[in-house]
Amino acid sequence: MRHLAPAAAAAAALALLAACSEKPAESDDGAIGVLATDDACEVAVSEAEAGTVTFTIKNEGTKVNEFYVYAEGNRVMGEVENITPGLTRELIVELPADAYETACKPGMIGDGIRADFTVTGEAASLSEDQALQDAVDSYKRYVESQSAGLVEQTELFAEAVRAGDIEGAKALFPVARTYWERIEPVAEIFGDLDPRIDAREDDYPEGPTDPAFTGFHKLEYDLWITGDLSESGPIADQLVADVNEIVALAAAEELSPLQLANGAKALLDEIASFKITGEEDRYSHTDLWDFAANLEGSEGAIASMRPVLDERDPDLVAALDEEFANAWAALEQHREGDGWRLHDELTPEELQELSDAINALGEQVSKVAAVVAE
Amino acid sequence: MKRRNAIGLGTAGIAAAGAGFAAGRFWPATSEAAALDPNAEAIAFYGAHQAGILTPAQDRLHFAAFEVITADRDELIALLQAWTVAAARMCGGDYAGPGGAAGGDYYAPPDDTGEAQGLPASGLTLTIGFGPTLFTDADGVDRFGIADRLPEALRELPPFALDALDPAVSGGDLCVQACANDPQVAVHAIRNLARIGFGTVSQRWSQLGFGRTSSTSTAQSTPRNLMGFKDGTANLKAEDGDLLEKHLWVGADDGADWLTGGSYLVTRRIRMRVETWDRTTLAEQEEIFGRDKSEGAPLGATGEFDEPDFEAEADGVPVIAAKAHIRLAHPTMNGDARMLRRGYSFVDGSDNLGRLDAGLFFIAYQRDPEAGFIPVQRSLSENDVLNEYIEHTSSAIFACPPGVRDEDDWWGRALFT
Repeated sequence: MRHLAPAAAAAAALALLAACSEKPAESDDGAIGVLATDDACEVAVSEAEAGTVTFTIKNEGTKVNEFYVYAEGNRVMGEVENITPGLTRELIVELPADAYETACKPGMIGDGIRADFTVTGEAASLSEDQALQDAVDSYKRYVESQSAGLVEQTELFAEAVRAGDIEGAKALFPVARTYWERIEPVAEIFGDLDPRIDAREDDYPEGPTDPAFTGFHKLEYDLWITGDLSESGPIADQLVADVNEIVALAAAEELSPLQLANGAKALLDEIASFKITGEEDRYSHTDLWDFAANLEGSEGAIASMRPVLDERDPDLVAALDEEFANAWAALEQHREGDGWRLHDELTPEELQELSDAINALGEQVSKVAAVVAE
Repeated sequence: MKRRNAIGLGTAGIAAAGAGFAAGRFWPATSEAAALDPNAEAIAFYGAHQAGILTPAQDRLHFAAFEVITADRDELIALLQAWTVAAARMCGGDYAGPGGAAGGDYYAPPDDTGEAQGLPASGLTLTIGFGPTLFTDADGVDRFGIADRLPEALRELPPFALDALDPAVSGGDLCVQACANDPQVAVHAIRNLARIGFGTVSQRWSQLGFGRTSSTSTAQSTPRNLMGFKDGTANLKAEDGDLLEKHLWVGADDGADWLTGGSYLVTRRIRMRVETWDRTTLAEQEEIFGRDKSEGAPLGATGEFDEPDFEAEADGVPVIAAKAHIRLAHPTMNGDARMLRRGYSFVDGSDNLGRLDAGLFFIAYQRDPEAGFIPVQRSLSENDVLNEYIEHTSSAIFACPPGVRDEDDWWGRALFT
């Protein structure tokens, strides 16, 4: 596994914290400094030799940041999430010779502040099986990075709930869910846990007051509908425990390329069936956060498979690129600050436009499974 | 790939039938099983005029209006071409795409949605129309470089008295009328065309019709509408010869070359207040329509197809009332306005007052709406006593191009080339 275990990464980050100067630089051990602020992303160098490349990212801004290395088609080669202001984190990533982009995402949204990054040297040529295995590995890296964000943000959300901080918890709710919604198809592999974390009131005979109703949406109900957090603490504790459990299970799970393809489609089905209709976040109306996260998750899974798809069906890749771009363009119109407009603020025409874009994208993504199963 | 195997049709039979039919057509009209059920037969897709206009009105309808959501002319053309191919296949009783419903890649969604497996062509016709907004959209933009080809007669219909139109189910850039003798076959066709269109068009509204209300051939009887009456007896019919050139088909001198051999389509969703109608006396019902309810004969006459005598009086009172529907709608009262109507009854469930949401989805084809639907509807909307029992809730107008001539031709080719 190329991914560095979180504990080791944290230790490495601490060791490097002292070494990181005000200006980004290439350190003696070859680590590439990245200085991230709210409106800039300075990468010390724009080239590297093929092989293991290490970045140390320091956040000197006021917003939580993320750092990504993308291959063509936004395929995530590596990323670090949740770099809080003042913190320095490290990213270690295997990069074969190719053209890449680096990106910081202040506020954790949007395309990020991009720069070209070129890796030269021996180009790795993969066998068919290796290409598929690489797709799975790439997606597992994605899942693990999202898992880390999910655990951290869910804990913050739970803390706010326990503290009775309604406004704080309301602000954290869609952020924590973003990490969840990006990787939901993986979570759904674990049948019992998924409903405990993410079921909606209609899943229970007694509705929102049913004693079995737990998870994100129960807390959403407490926050937005009753405004009473006096009994919410244990629900928050359970949510944190469940999220930790599912993350551990996900890390241990072996995925297949077909699961990636079907997961990419399932995320779009989620959007079409539950986000556009406003059913998912019916109390808070923060459905567009989930919408964006599902779209990112679908794109992440497709990006992992990109080398295989490029090889086998370049026309499909072109169609996917076009439709993902269209879907993002449709959604971007509803960005508001660091987040999104509320679902109940959108007109039927605006929702129709989003639905059209997701239908068009879904038709293309539904073709991916047959290509990777070839 | 075929939806239904011709049971009992031996090799010799296939060869014999195959000789007379295009290769893509799997369900030869002469096969034994089809001969037993004429409603199962395929209607020729290719021809000088689009099928689904003069075709003897089939029993079921699924009508769909689409909005074009791309601004790319080439994408629209590619869709029209793909639609034509799929339409020709489905009208021939075949699947929407070559992989069929279950014969393609196991890990890919099937080419065809599958609900018509085992069903014959069932007289399916698919008829396309182009709305005024395809030429110039609501903001006046010529999205596809065809604004200069907008026919003079393809204008939004004028407002009529008592219109209660819902914009959400009115208008459209494109329409497809699917008629078949099996409702599942009609629904299958629209669903598959909509699927092929994702990303290029968005379905704006659609309407199911469960029973025809018109006859478009003298071989057919006139069905009854949901008010229990025969209406539209004086319809243009396939056997009308020269009248069709005069009233139905757009002529070469009518101003739009690409539309020659086509026709203008007007649709109106007419909700009927059936509950209050049903408690109206027979005398009043017959007076309102101007026809006898059992036979369908004009009042004062004995047979359905007898000419109404608008001059006849009894005890100094007109036999056919001054505001009777038959009088107001008759060609002689509207400057010889004639149309080919092929409407369908619908029931879209019940409303929140427990009333049936039922009525007539009115469909009329004509050479020029100014000499067809518009004068008649003006007369009806201002005078017809029937208005107490009906309400027009949707409206649309389309120009339906001429027929697809052969496999190299496609819907709208003359408009876009």
